[in-house]
Amino acid sequence: MKNLNSIFAAYMIGWGVFFLFFVSIVKRSSDLRGEVERLKKAILKEK
Amino acid sequence: MLRRILFGAVAVGLVACAAYAAFYVAPEERTMGTIQRIFYFHASTAWAGETTFFVCFVANLLYIWKRKPEYDWLGVTCAEVGAACITVVLITGPIWAKPVWGIWWTWDARLTSTFVLWILYICFLLLRTLVEEPERRALLSALFGVFAFIDVPIVFGAIRWWRTQHPAPVIMGGSGSGLDPVMKKVFFFNVLAMHVLAAFLIAERYSLAKTKHEVELLQREAEAR
Repeated sequence: MKNLNSIFAAYMIGWGVFFLFFVSIVKRSSDLRGEVERLKKAILKEK
Repeated sequence: MLRRILFGAVAVGLVACAAYAAFYVAPEERTMGTIQRIFYFHASTAWAGETTFFVCFVANLLYIWKRKPEYDWLGVTCAEVGAACITVVLITGPIWAKPVWGIWWTWDARLTSTFVLWILYICFLLLRTLVEEPERRALLSALFGVFAFIDVPIVFGAIRWWRTQHPAPVIMGGSGSGLDPVMKKVFFFNVLAMHVLAAFLIAERYSLAKTKHEVELLQREAEAR
């Protein structure tokens, strides 16, 4: 199979981009959930 | 949570099956050989990206009309997922082009309009980081999103209206175009898989947009005290 390396690279890089994008969503979500908790606690303290 | 994990597993499973079909079910193309198998991933990702931009366009129009934050969340979500898809298209395209054309890139109508599309949606996302006030940010980005979508039909039509280095369309390309029936089935299965993956990413990214809105509301409340 000629050019198998190129096909392999295309699929790996493509899946890698989607995987990194998904990881970035998970990371940002987790950071924001932490921020929600922090803000809720701060507001409750002020009450 | 379980539903989200199941959705993700279905999306990943479908993408894996689609890759298997592209490698082992689709017949070898006569002139390009094995390298043509990139087509199933490259073109189906492009279709998923363009569908996502269409949803973004509809969400942008709905935001301008109704001013509901949910449409803004959907708009930014689809712009990000679509930009990820087009990033993959712009990477896999040159990897396919090099062995076939002998060059990585050429500024023909299809490649250039796709690159411009990517730039436009990156600008859409950058624009949102420059405006602090949520309602103003949502309106400005919705207006920009409607403008950015103009490039999608140009990308679609580029290989139909002009002579390009990029191959002529094999789907909806008029008389004289077409695909082998097995190749067609494998291609549409790949299109389905990439759309399911895009839908999964949209669901995840939408929930992030919702949480961000919650943070902004809490920040306003905290500042008001």
